[in-house]
Amino acid sequence: MEVIFLLIGISLLLASTFLYLFFKAMKGGQFDDDYTPSVRILFENQTKKSNKNQSTKSNSNE
Amino acid sequence: MNTSKSISTPTKCYHCGESCEDNHLTVGEKEFCCQGCQLVYEVLSENNLCNYYDLENHPGESQKLKNGQSNRFDYLEDSDTQLKLLDFRNESESHITFYIPLIHCASCIWLLENLYQIHSGVVSSRVDFLKKKVQIKFQQEKISLKELVNLLSVIGYEPKINLSNLEEKKTKIIDKGLILRLAVAGFCFGNMMLFSIPEYFSEVQFLDKNFRDLFNYLNLALALPVVFYSASDYYRSAFNSLKQRRINMDVPIVLGIIALFFYSLWEVVGMNQAGYFDSLGGLLFFLLLGKLYQQKTFATLEFDRDYKSYFPIAVTKMIKNQEQVVPISKLEVGDVILVRDEELIPADSILLSDQASIDYSFVTGEEVPVTISKGSVIYAGGRQKGSPVLLTIQKSPSQGYLTDLWNHESFNTDKSQLLEPLSSRISGVFTWSVLAIAFASFLFWSFSDLSIAVKVFASVLIVACPCALAMSTPFTLGNTLRIFGKNKFYLKNASVVERMALVKTVVFDKTGTLTDPNHAKVTYQGIPLSEETKGLIKAMVSHSTHPLSNRINHWLGSITPISVVGIREIKGQGIELSYLGQEIRLGNAAFTGYSNCPTYTTGNLVFLTIQGVEIGYFHIESGLREGVKQLTSQLSEGYKLHVLSGDHAHEQATLTKQLGGNIEFNFNQSPKDKLSFLKKLNLTSQTLMIGDGLNDAGALQESTVGIAISDQVSHFSPASDAILDASSFQKIPAFLSFSKSSRNIIKASFLLSFLYNIVGISLAVNGLLSPVVCAILMPLSSISVVVFTTLATNMVAYRNGLLTQKTI
Repeated sequence: MEVIFLLIGISLLLASTFLYLFFKAMKGGQFDDDYTPSVRILFENQTKKSNKNQSTKSNSNE
Repeated sequence: MNTSKSISTPTKCYHCGESCEDNHLTVGEKEFCCQGCQLVYEVLSENNLCNYYDLENHPGESQKLKNGQSNRFDYLEDSDTQLKLLDFRNESESHITFYIPLIHCASCIWLLENLYQIHSGVVSSRVDFLKKKVQIKFQQEKISLKELVNLLSVIGYEPKINLSNLEEKKTKIIDKGLILRLAVAGFCFGNMMLFSIPEYFSEVQFLDKNFRDLFNYLNLALALPVVFYSASDYYRSAFNSLKQRRINMDVPIVLGIIALFFYSLWEVVGMNQAGYFDSLGGLLFFLLLGKLYQQKTFATLEFDRDYKSYFPIAVTKMIKNQEQVVPISKLEVGDVILVRDEELIPADSILLSDQASIDYSFVTGEEVPVTISKGSVIYAGGRQKGSPVLLTIQKSPSQGYLTDLWNHESFNTDKSQLLEPLSSRISGVFTWSVLAIAFASFLFWSFSDLSIAVKVFASVLIVACPCALAMSTPFTLGNTLRIFGKNKFYLKNASVVERMALVKTVVFDKTGTLTDPNHAKVTYQGIPLSEETKGLIKAMVSHSTHPLSNRINHWLGSITPISVVGIREIKGQGIELSYLGQEIRLGNAAFTGYSNCPTYTTGNLVFLTIQGVEIGYFHIESGLREGVKQLTSQLSEGYKLHVLSGDHAHEQATLTKQLGGNIEFNFNQSPKDKLSFLKKLNLTSQTLMIGDGLNDAGALQESTVGIAISDQVSHFSPASDAILDASSFQKIPAFLSFSKSSRNIIKASFLLSFLYNIVGISLAVNGLLSPVVCAILMPLSSISVVVFTTLATNMVAYRNGLLTQKTI
């Protein structure tokens, strides 16, 4: 049963790691805007000033 | 011109989706309603950014009403102004955050984040869609701030920059610290519950003593961050309220926390028992959750707008016939300024030009421009329509006729202090009775056994937890705010609901509040109009954006406009058209040459002449808002009604007839009169003021509850406690009765939590309280109170017609 002491230690450590990560994410501004990233991820990637425009145009009739 | 075709098949503008009426423009196969939209398209297509149009159909905003003044951003070259606007700057890069109200769809995000493709000076840009903000990083050597704003304006996303931007940054609505404190409380609470499981099943000895000791000390360790970090706000608030010799809701909470913590500490360290740390964690977790919910429901609208939010940042000053753009703060009395079409008058001034046409819709709610002649005073807040005018400043911008209001003392008082919230009154009673019971039971037990007496004393304080009490208010009011919001009624904060419930007197502003510019009454007097003339008038008024033109246009209905070329609008004067060699003029008396003008005391007149021959005139009066009659008769049953108006008294007879007799009218009210009128009313009862313009700002501030009514919530409205969308105007009686019900629901939930406390305390005074009972009773009471208030508010809202479907 003594293994429980170890397990408790590990579980608390693990939980505090998650708490720490949440703090970091919160302070880093990850929760500031919870809408725009969901739209942003759907945009096509475009390389700067490319001539890809032609192809994107024809592809995109919904 | 191939005109008949374009009318029969109405095409939609490729950019903004508005129907292209006459003389529309085409590029390739795409059609545009106006020059502005076409220009935006051309800029985008030059830069290979036509993806913009693929993401959404017609993503743009119409560019028709755009102000095309080329030098209106000149003030951005002023380095003081720049420093105030920029978030960050070093030698090569600057960061700035703009508020762009037009952001409304995925295309907007895409375009604004691809700004770097239009101009190489832009390093990157990032949109925050919900806040309608974009942060742009740019290299100031390649693109100046002014050029950047110009670029945004060209592609149709003009940022809104105003004086209040220049002052300190606003505090955030959701407090990050609160979320972090909640996270800590949740983390500790969850772990403490796990470690308390052996205690809950203390009958079954499945773990030996070593484990129980370890668990108890772990609980103690986990309780420390809860007590010293998560609960810190409560100590501060309780301390502040005690300093003012008042007891608010946080005082009994702090009392409970202290009792819980020290009694449990004593049990764990001194008696080798479990203590109540898990209940302590649960208590704070639920309390903070309630607090977060309340903050989340706050409307994200800005309410504390004062005149500075509306006035321009800079004006064009004339120095020896040279135009110079100066920030408004550097304006002095006696300066001569140039005000162009669509620009705001920044300060009370005297007109130097011959004539100006001023739209006071910001001020009074009446949008038909007033003609002002040389030498007369123009008040700040008016908007010039027509050709540029010269003015000389009479008073500094902060001391004008209107702005003076803001220096009035009523703008410095915090209205939430006006009325002691229900909860703080109850908490006083609660705290004293709990203390009385605790001492009484201590005394009772101390005759038989002192150690039990101490235990009972502590457990009364522990179990008489105000958790349920403290949660009933935020959840009821939070839900009330949410339901109001669904009905387009946005409250500044929760205390407004409680104040609304006590209102006895309702005061209306007349112009723009009871009357609705969109319900104008148009009558035509003169020689009957032929179909052809009507068609011509229709064509003329469709050409103009003047509010009177719009009303005549509306009055003409579905008459087909005759397609003509050469319609000319002279702003502030009228519209003229040459048709088959005849000069047709529509406009004011001087412009049309109409000599025998009828005298009306109210409304506006638009004259019509053909070749100088007087044909007739339109008399346009703004009509009452839809449902006003019903509204006033409904309200007059329970409230005293007043109407305040800046107009003359001769309308009283008509208004009485239209609104019913139970209303007191007050005419000729200046903004200051309105304020003092409300002050007088406040002596006898709680007041609700409903207004719309800047001239009501003082009255809105002075009243117990001030509601600003607005046709478009995101647009202009004066500072107030609440903003009401005009479409929900008829729901005011329902809102009032709902706020009363909310107050009753709070009272009922207080009763419920008192019942729980009676059960808990009666267990405690008998010395029967155990950690298990405590662990069950506390969450149960909190959760049931939350469920009760939510269900009750939803049901009342449903009965008042504020919710459409019954929520279970």
